[in-house]
Amino acid sequence: MLPDKFGKFGVFGGKFVPETLMMALEELEKEYKIAQKDAKFKKELDNLLEVYAGRPTPLYLAKNISKKAGRKIYLKREDLLHTGAHKINNTLGQALLAVKMGKRRIIAETGAGQHGLATATSAALFGLSCDVYMGEEDIHRQALNVFKMRLLGARVIPVYSGSKTLKDATSEAIRDWVTNVKNTYYVIGSAIGPHPYPMIVRDFQSVIGKETKKQFMKYEKRLPDYMVACVGGGSNAMGFFRPFFKTNVKLIGVEAAGLGLNTEKHGASLCKGSVGILHGTKSYLLQDKFGQVKIAHSISAGLDYPGTGPEHSYYKETGRAEYTAVADKEALQGFKMLTELEGIIPALESSHAIYYAAKKLAPKIGRDKIIAVCLSGRGDKDIDIVKGLKFKV
Amino acid sequence: MLNRIDLKFKELRKQGKKAFIAFIMAGDPSLRVTKKLIFELSLKGADIIELGVPFSDPMADGPTIQKSSERGLKSKTTLTSVFNLVRNVRLQIETPIVFLIYYNLVFHYGLEKFINTAVDSGVDGVVIPDLPPEESIDLCKIAKKNRFSIIHLLAPTSSIDRVKKVSNVSSGFIYYVSLTGTTGARKKLAADIGANLRNIKNITKIPVCVGFGISTPGQVKEIQKISDGAIVGSAIIKVIENNIGKKDLVKKVGNFVKTLKGGG
Repeated sequence: MLPDKFGKFGVFGGKFVPETLMMALEELEKEYKIAQKDAKFKKELDNLLEVYAGRPTPLYLAKNISKKAGRKIYLKREDLLHTGAHKINNTLGQALLAVKMGKRRIIAETGAGQHGLATATSAALFGLSCDVYMGEEDIHRQALNVFKMRLLGARVIPVYSGSKTLKDATSEAIRDWVTNVKNTYYVIGSAIGPHPYPMIVRDFQSVIGKETKKQFMKYEKRLPDYMVACVGGGSNAMGFFRPFFKTNVKLIGVEAAGLGLNTEKHGASLCKGSVGILHGTKSYLLQDKFGQVKIAHSISAGLDYPGTGPEHSYYKETGRAEYTAVADKEALQGFKMLTELEGIIPALESSHAIYYAAKKLAPKIGRDKIIAVCLSGRGDKDIDIVKGLKFKV
Repeated sequence: MLNRIDLKFKELRKQGKKAFIAFIMAGDPSLRVTKKLIFELSLKGADIIELGVPFSDPMADGPTIQKSSERGLKSKTTLTSVFNLVRNVRLQIETPIVFLIYYNLVFHYGLEKFINTAVDSGVDGVVIPDLPPEESIDLCKIAKKNRFSIIHLLAPTSSIDRVKKVSNVSSGFIYYVSLTGTTGARKKLAADIGANLRNIKNITKIPVCVGFGISTPGQVKEIQKISDGAIVGSAIIKVIENNIGKKDLVKKVGNFVKTLKGGG
């Protein structure tokens, strides 16, 4: 069983947190187990995912890109969900869990702001008070999402420490949780953090892969040969991959190569990092020779994180998935390509996966092979960044 | 054989006294100053010195110690340089020294190598704020062989079961976190400290010292009455922070510690 009863995926995962939080994690694990068996909980969540978030999302055969690449490329359209990305799958589930546990205040960390936005949205829906921690740097990069969160009634708290990005926002959210653990539920946004979070986030996101599986059987009468998704913390990829764990489908996670894997400026913890402990979990990590955590870099704020989910580390170690990386410039090409050829403006995070699938993977596989890409989010939030680059339009 | 921490608590018990534990961050503002501070703290009566090793992501710490950690990193302090510092001061003082270090630094260094080097340098124990007993089994095994203390933490949220679990694997002393929160000065002590300490003392014979939020002589005195010792960190770091670059930094810290200790 993954994870095992200690919250481990092989040697990865676990609970590396201050003692103060141990009881809260035990309580969460217990409540989550109860919720999993509760038909009413499942029905309520499924209903919300359908009528509120917009599931199931389409599986779209990207005809023009497929034609160019000479292989069929399907897109799982998580970008069409309410709030613009897959994050809502998880925040609705966790907010529902918070309500069940009697917690009236939820907190979250956010990088690109998509998880913060999805959390603020869920808080508005359930009438919960909501504080979102966000690095000062990201607050500038993602001003639109900050404004939206505030409109929704959430407090966006700037984090000035360290790199002023997702890593530090996560540390600050953990500090808040340590302080207010009795009345606060911490909604973690990726498949990271101490057990049981990587499991809970994966489970709530697995709806992506489950639908994909069904849709492939319907359209192609078979499963795809390759599945490609971007990986920061890795929640969209894990949700996409997990239901295919026991199949022969090849799983490929695409990290941020930033300015290049041979520079210091990237976010590729699985490709270039080593095993370490950050934010409560043991996983691949970008760290220096002394064990100090490095600052990640990516054009996409959502991949700008020096760690990754422990289950991805396990997939890498066991060879179940393969991990590769795509640079800022290449991601921008992916962005442009999807926009121009398919009329879909993707998030910069997802653009990494698009580029890899169409430009790197497709040319080296047989013409009868089928690729499925998780289009985890839409690009509205990134328009200012792309504009700033004087992108040719 | 007892290590320096056990001997210290034995001695204090004999004298009917409680421990005063002072925390400083290695390399804040420089290792040269840290060395002087260790001597000064020892001279002014710190029973145990808790020495922080700077880390990039100190998630259990409030703003004061976060900034101190950043200054420590800025002065290029590494685990190896802190080991060397302790090796050096050990030539002159016997005051027990424990590290406060986040687990990634220990893991990265290698568990066995960490404990061997620590023992060899004259470090007596370690507090690892992000390592609960569930994850410390391997480290505890190696530590036990070397009579090195792994000081676990307990918190107001710890159940009786957890108190038992922590007691079973702890050595040296248990670090009771006085409040739910991060490190840093607070105006008032939490109301439930007394009751929680009584519950813990009913279960274990290991000394229990209290830290987080203790910043005044009055609070030190109050804590020492109901526990085996008081730990002061952020309040001392504040004095360091306010006197960086000044000639009498070491003296100022010494005087402050003397005042704090005067309460006991």
